[in-house]
Amino acid sequence: MTGKFRTLIATGALALGFSASAALAQTELRMTWYNDGIEGEVMQGLLDRFESQNPDISVVLDVVPYKAIIEGLPVQLAAGEGPDLARVTDLGGLSEHYLDMTPYLADTGYWKTNFGPFLKWLDPDGDAINGFMTQLTVTGPYVNKTLFEQAGVALPGKGATWDDYATAVNQVADKLDIPIPMAWDRSGHRVSGPAIAMGAKMFDADGNPALIDDGLKAMTQRLYDWHQDGTMSKELWGSVSGSSYLGANEDFANAQVVMYMSGSWQIPQFAETIGDAFDWWAVPAPCGPAACTGMPGGAALVGMAGTDHPAEVAKLMDFLAQEEQMAEFYGKTLFIPGHLGLAQGGVDFATDDPRAKHALATFAGAVPGISPVAFDLQGYANNRVMFNALISRLNEAIVGELTLDEAYDRMSADITKALAEKSRQ
Amino acid sequence: MALQSDHNMGERMASLAGAPVRLLFTVLEPPLAALQRGLGIKRMPWIFLLPNLAFFGLFVIVPLFINFFYSLTGGTQLYLDNRPFVGTEQYGFLLDCQTYADPQTCREDRFWKGIYNTSIFIIFQVSFMVLFSLITALILNREIRARGFFRAVFFFPVLLSPVVVALIWKWILLRDGILNAFLVSIGLDKILFFVSPEWSMFWAVFVSIWAHMGFYTLILLAGLQAIPPDLYEAAEMDGTSKERVFWRITLPLLWPNMLVVIVLALIKGVQIFDEVFVLTGGGPGTATQFIVQYIYNTGFTNQVQNFGLASAASVALGVALFILTMAQLAATRRKDDV
Amino acid sequence: MSDAAATPTRTLRGLLNARRGRNGRTHWTDVFTYLYLAFGIFLMFGPVIWLTMSSFKTSSALLEFPPTFLPLGQIEVQVEGYDKPLPLFEATLEDGTVKQLAQVRRIGIISQMVDPANPGEKYKVPINQRTEVREFRMAWDNYRDPLERFDFTRYLYNSVVVTVVATLVTLLINSMAAYGLAIYEFRGRGAIMMFVIGTLMIPITIILVPVYLVVTSMGMINSLWAVILPGAATPTGVFLLRQYMLTIPKDLIEAARMDRASEWAIYWKVVLPLAMPAIAVLAIFSIMWRWNDFLWPLIVLNRSEVYTLQVGLNAFQGELDVQWHYILAMTVVTLIPVTLVFAFLQKFITTGIASSGMK
Repeated sequence: MTGKFRTLIATGALALGFSASAALAQTELRMTWYNDGIEGEVMQGLLDRFESQNPDISVVLDVVPYKAIIEGLPVQLAAGEGPDLARVTDLGGLSEHYLDMTPYLADTGYWKTNFGPFLKWLDPDGDAINGFMTQLTVTGPYVNKTLFEQAGVALPGKGATWDDYATAVNQVADKLDIPIPMAWDRSGHRVSGPAIAMGAKMFDADGNPALIDDGLKAMTQRLYDWHQDGTMSKELWGSVSGSSYLGANEDFANAQVVMYMSGSWQIPQFAETIGDAFDWWAVPAPCGPAACTGMPGGAALVGMAGTDHPAEVAKLMDFLAQEEQMAEFYGKTLFIPGHLGLAQGGVDFATDDPRAKHALATFAGAVPGISPVAFDLQGYANNRVMFNALISRLNEAIVGELTLDEAYDRMSADITKALAEKSRQ
Repeated sequence: MALQSDHNMGERMASLAGAPVRLLFTVLEPPLAALQRGLGIKRMPWIFLLPNLAFFGLFVIVPLFINFFYSLTGGTQLYLDNRPFVGTEQYGFLLDCQTYADPQTCREDRFWKGIYNTSIFIIFQVSFMVLFSLITALILNREIRARGFFRAVFFFPVLLSPVVVALIWKWILLRDGILNAFLVSIGLDKILFFVSPEWSMFWAVFVSIWAHMGFYTLILLAGLQAIPPDLYEAAEMDGTSKERVFWRITLPLLWPNMLVVIVLALIKGVQIFDEVFVLTGGGPGTATQFIVQYIYNTGFTNQVQNFGLASAASVALGVALFILTMAQLAATRRKDDV
Repeated sequence: MSDAAATPTRTLRGLLNARRGRNGRTHWTDVFTYLYLAFGIFLMFGPVIWLTMSSFKTSSALLEFPPTFLPLGQIEVQVEGYDKPLPLFEATLEDGTVKQLAQVRRIGIISQMVDPANPGEKYKVPINQRTEVREFRMAWDNYRDPLERFDFTRYLYNSVVVTVVATLVTLLINSMAAYGLAIYEFRGRGAIMMFVIGTLMIPITIILVPVYLVVTSMGMINSLWAVILPGAATPTGVFLLRQYMLTIPKDLIEAARMDRASEWAIYWKVVLPLAMPAIAVLAIFSIMWRWNDFLWPLIVLNRSEVYTLQVGLNAFQGELDVQWHYILAMTVVTLIPVTLVFAFLQKFITTGIASSGMK
């Protein structure tokens, strides 16, 4: 008993000492990563290959909950305690902490050609090369096509508006007694695409955020009405506060939802959980007067300026960014490629599910049709401030705490306040 | 008998910790004895307090000061020397209301919503917590079978982490959860609990009572057991009714423990955060968003991490709590040596 | 403590007659007592049992309404001429007969089915005319998948180190401080007690960033010390131990001083053994706090070799999906040690807190 106890303490102390001085023999890089599906495993495979080609560099993949990426990572970076590389979603917001790999890359041309538009998302004010998109996402709706067939309602075709879809899904739900005709992810990012379709401009002439305009109001008014008339359930948007994300995956998978506004990242999950239980069908982004558009988005792998080994970080990033690795990564993870060469050439996705293939084709095909406003919004460094204000205040209106007009005023005030705080140095 | 069982337990614990602990204490003895000779016995309490105070100072007092200075600065920088001084601007922003009775008239409406929600929460939570802890303690104090087991039963949820507690109940209360299955099976409609502000608040209160009741029950149980049995015997001789015995003997003698329960429940109630956050997410709307969640969101989860405003809110909360506790201590002081 | 229930001398007859009603008659409060206790067991354990049962269900079974109590899985059968095993359904055919058929594939709302006994015969069944045939099956994958993905033993080891070391440090410094505050009369004692109670009220959540700054400046980020040290000087512990030590007779200490024992010797040879019940309580609390700690480790530990179990087990929580089957399973994993501690130490818990008074 005593002996064991002493050993425990001793090894404990040893382990603690070790963690501080582990990486003396070779260069060790730390990559902070989060998972939505199997992408961590695929990345680990690529890292193993990199390590075998570069025995002097070892890479450790630190998988954290997504919460740590959003809440912990910014503080760690600000304190100079961040990792060497990280997978981030607040692309422009953390820009000041990214490493510009330009001096370390042999072929910057390759990066510019293949990642051009996305580099701007990572560095809105400059032309640095910070990283690449591990996943390009496009928002858009899925419908439960089987339900449409059972109800004998025709699926709205290309060019259908949001109102057409609202009418159709209500018909289906009425006939088959489905509780939720339409569900949207609880996210300001998701609302923005349809709002832009309705004519929202998001920015004023000088490029400053101007969230509230008639286009945005047209969409938020609809969302408000749909929640009141039962087209959408208050369960999803009404049941949490602030900017918390909530999805309707389970209800959709359980055939409780006719139409689900989400995005391309759901494909691997639907393929696994729904499979062939019913036809989950990605449809093109519904239209408004201004456009038929979703929002682009995604997650990026970036190098961090705080690293002690910028050359090695760039070497690793350059390895991962090569077409061979990227094709394998996107193919296995079923992610829409954020690599222009692959996007044109097509990726061989590792699935034989016809629904998944159709969905991948639909979303990949939607990329060229995305409105320039949506690209600008995605590239704006403080877009999360706008998204959060939009969703949290709209939500308070929907549950009846505010009127829509009060909510608009609060949205503007929230954005002004946050930006003022940020610009105060 | 009490002393004997304590000793047994003491020995078992001591053998559990084992010889290394004893070794440590023995090794420390000569230097501390020397210290005592040098400083005199009068200064020894400070030696005993030193390690705890050092940790305390480092990880509580220093952060509290930093927190206070944060509240006087603005911007988004982490280190104080990079942050512009703004005086009491953050406080002014927080307190800028047309009327304090209506959070919607305040510039920072969510701060006030948090305060109102927290107040409502503690009123219900503390009163029902005390009520149910008391009932449970009275029942566990009776001569029932397997008393030790039942005492432990009510204590079990105290050991669970807040996140686990919330997940357990969320899983039960979901639209397709077991509680709704039960409602449907007895012919009622499903209830969407987390869509209704009233139900959300109800479950927030219920779940936090579920999780913490066992702890307060034991405190009250200890008080009940300290009441001399002869008082009850005398009352029974006189033929006093059970109700009268409860109001005249049990409750007054239990009062010090009741006070401890009330004070602790109040303190914990103001701090309520993770359980409810995981359970309701603060919704619907802002119906169960409490003050600590507001501070956490402002300083942490928002894209622009506003440490200044969050710190100002926490300082304001701290001042309010301090006044509350001092008032309670003044009330308890007569009864107790604190 | 005159706890009759705890003494082994109790006879079986005494057990059966144990009620408080006068003259052995059953008072309404006796009935109420047992109803209350039965409901108490149901309410305290029921949710945890339900969670555990649910954690063995497949992700699709979790979505069912109404939910089944036992985890069920669809039976799959091997049919001649097909490579993969096929899922078995109970199908109602057009003529109204009910037959067990295996599904080959589903196209739209029509399911192509085959009779496992007679693979030549094929059927087309509308999908709302068939139900799954299921059997009791535990979905161990809910546990295996996340556990395999992570270095489980490493996280367990870290969690144990954190819990043990932190609890020992807490017990040592808290009991020393409590001793100083309970045994001596000195100037400043009142102020320090006030201080202790004052800080009882501060939730770490609201000073997270300043504490992070302190820990960073000490260079402790990504070491287990960053998790162990900040919470060691708990005001609750000092308060609890001090209140208990106040009840120790002063004569004992005076007698020891007469014997020329040093103050340190009195502390650890006289007072500590007597305070063991309260120390046991604090030990249990400290173990629970440390074991369950999530938010703070999440922020100060970002390298996988120092993750604690709570951080590691939550690492599968992504941005965009809530995978209940994993969440439930991993919650059960973190529950196991807590439940074991509970089972073995429940006596300490109840007698310890009860006798430590907290008065």
